[in-house]
This record gives sequence, structure tokens and C-alpha cells, in this order.
Amino acid sequence: MMKLASILFSMMLVNNYVLVKFMGICPFLGVSKKLDSSVGMSVAVTFVMVMATAVTWPIYTYLLLPNDLAYLNTISFILVIAALVQLVEIILKKFIPALHRSLGVYLPLITTNCAILGVTLLNIDNGYNFIESIVASLGAGIGFLIAMVLFTGVRSTLEYAQPPKSFEGLPITLISASLVSVSFMGFGGIIESLFGTF
Amino acid sequence: MESLYTAIIVITGIGIIAAIVLVLAAKFMYVPEDERIGKVQECLPGANCGACGYAGCADYAKAIVEAGADTNLCVPGGAAVAQAVSKVMGKTAGAVASKKAVVACQGFECNTGKKYDYQGVSTCSAAAKMFAGPTACAYGCMGFGDCVKACQFDAIHIVNGIALVDNNKCTGCGACAKACPKNIIALIPDDVNPVVLCKNTDKGAQTRKVCSTGCIGCMKCTKVCPTNAISVSNNLASIEQDLCIACMQCAEECPVHAIYVPNIR
Repeated sequence: MMKLASILFSMMLVNNYVLVKFMGICPFLGVSKKLDSSVGMSVAVTFVMVMATAVTWPIYTYLLLPNDLAYLNTISFILVIAALVQLVEIILKKFIPALHRSLGVYLPLITTNCAILGVTLLNIDNGYNFIESIVASLGAGIGFLIAMVLFTGVRSTLEYAQPPKSFEGLPITLISASLVSVSFMGFGGIIESLFGTF
Repeated sequence: MESLYTAIIVITGIGIIAAIVLVLAAKFMYVPEDERIGKVQECLPGANCGACGYAGCADYAKAIVEAGADTNLCVPGGAAVAQAVSKVMGKTAGAVASKKAVVACQGFECNTGKKYDYQGVSTCSAAAKMFAGPTACAYGCMGFGDCVKACQFDAIHIVNGIALVDNNKCTGCGACAKACPKNIIALIPDDVNPVVLCKNTDKGAQTRKVCSTGCIGCMKCTKVCPTNAISVSNNLASIEQDLCIACMQCAEECPVHAIYVPNIR
């Protein structure tokens, strides 16, 4: 149980996929202008991360590994995740139209988002079992949500800033993103102190 | 060699299984979507300005097809778009009232002064929170250009300290009116009727102190108007556009020259 909590918090804070591992930068910069769209995107990302892990972990463990095909994990994961996201979209549209309306716009955008692929691959690399992988994906998704919401706040303040002309727009956004990222470096070591090492 | 075959078989197998599942899902869980939505959306200008009252062109197209929204709500597109959309929907188009934005203020630098020197964040919404803005008149345009930023058509600019609408470019979408913290931008019919270019509701003497062209509520315009289209309330004249016959007598009579036809100014 302690290990699960440790994984969850380390994925949320220390190994934050956006701000520490620099994955999923595209949606991070693309949809962080408004709070509702950034929350919607993060929820969709979390949802797909957990789903993708739940599907790719068995494929790796029971199909690729016994056949000595571990080196095929990247390509097969891309294939599976792309198909999965399409399937989820079709199912949502049919059975939960309300959820489809709120997540639908974001689902195709994250089909082969590198944060999603990164989560599934790193879960394998870290040697997590199935439950740990799911918890790690959930933590990664929540970490994505934290990063998005925080950065939306930064950006809304940025609207009123008057940077030098050449820094307007994307440059100053990237600089502030790097500062937010540096602040997340401060979480380094917190997990070892809280939960001990495993 | 053998591992090569397994690799090919496994990847192809995953791909084929995924394809079959997706095809089946698409077939059995097909949600019919009205194809007219796409056609209607093609007719719309795609500016996503929100003048129709919906979140954007896609949302409006959906509302037309599914909720039976009126086909003549697109202000930038005007009559041509309403015609095209109605054709797709098989309805007759209602008339589209062509509108233009007008900034109801003449507080040019030569006409009015400043209360204080504002050095903060240069947006109207921020400046308006500091004692109703740096302009001497609490009702007037501050000229920081929130409306300029809101305009998607490059139709409004800060000229000589206040915002001015370029009538050739204005589509009447009303984005500037929503952005203005002073609510001095109005949408008026696109014709030659005069309007009162002032929003100051202070007493005449007070208005006179802060601006040389502010409406002082002297009632002279109401007396000359042949159709009784002008009324004065709260020390501010307003012209009922439906009654106005554009005889321009009020504009000639106004002692402070607050009444103008914005289109020919």
C-alpha cells in the first residue's frame, strides 16, 4: 500500500510528466489558455492514460515478452493506443453523449500523444506490476492536471504583462513554463523522505 | 529468421484485430449525425465571433440543424450567408439587420482632459478600476484599446485618444461592445441616422467641466425634432432609431455638437 502511495505521489509531483519529463508539451502549451479547456484536456488525458495502461500492460506481459518481442513495444503500443482511443470515442458517443461532448474534442488530439505513450512505456521500464502501472498512470494524469491548471493561472496573469516586443506571445510563455518547471524540481527527494525507498 | 516471422505476425495480428474491432464498433454503435450540419457550417464565415449568440460557427450550425435556430443570426455573414444557410435547410431566410458598431464618445484629446496620469497595465478593464479611469469624464472612452484587441476584422482603432470604428470593415458582430468596460460601444442600424455620441449622465454643468462635446441635457434637440424621436433622461439625450427620419435638425441645433451621423463623420 505504501508503495502504491509512493508511486502515485512521485508520478504527480517528482516525475511530473509535463514539467519534469517534458512530455505532452503540445497540449500543455496549446490548451492552457482557458481553465475549462485545460481541465477538460487533463481529464481526457488521465482517462486515456489509465485505459491505455490497462490495455498495453497485458499485451506486453502476455504477448510480447513470452515471444521475445519486447523490442516491438513502441510500435505495438502506438497501434493499440490509437485504436483504443478511436474505440473509446465511438463508445462514448453512443452510450455517454454528455461525456463525449465534454471530452470529445480532446480525444482525437491525444491519440498518440507522447505523454500517453511515455506513461505506458515507462511503466514497463520501471518493472511495475498491473496494479502499480494503473496507479502510476493515474498519478501521471493527475500530475498533468496539476501542471495544466497551474500553468493556466500563470498564463492568465501573463496576459497583463508587458514583455519586450520580441518576447511577446510564445517566447514569454515558454520562459514562464521553464520557471514553473524549475519550481517542480523542488519536489525532488520528497518521496524518499515521506515514504522511504523501495 | 523465425523471430522475424513472429514479429510480423504479432504486429499484423494486433493491427487486424484492432481494425476488426473498430469496424464492428463503428457499424454497431453508429450514431446518425445530420449531414446538413457540415453543409451549414461551410456556408458560415468561420470567424467564430459569437455574434449569433452561440459558442462559434460549429456550435451555431449544430443549433440551426438540431434545435431549429433562426438562420439569420450571423451578423458578419449578412444576407448572403442567411440565404445560403436557408437553402441548405429548406427554409426561407428572414431579413438580416445590417448593423455597425459605434463608439458613443467624442472625448478626443482636444475635447477632454485627464484626471490623473495612469501608468498601470495598459488595458481598459484594468484602468477602469482606478477611479473610473484616467479620463476626466467617468463615462468616456479611455483609449487603451480593449475593443481593438477584441476586433477580428481590424475595424476599430484608437485615433486621437479614443476608439473609432472603420465602417467599411465593421461587420457588426459586437465583440468590441462586449469588451468595453464602459459600455459605450453600441450596435446601430447601418444607415444615415444621427446618434448621440455621449454617455455622460451627469448634470449639464458637471459634464461641461470635463468635456466640451458632452451631452448637457439641454433638451434643444427634443424641441426641434419633427417626429419626437429624441428623449432626454438622466441628462442624456437618446434618439429612437425607428422614428428618426435623418432630417439632421437636431445635429444642427445641438450646442455642444454631440449629435452626429457616425457613418459620414
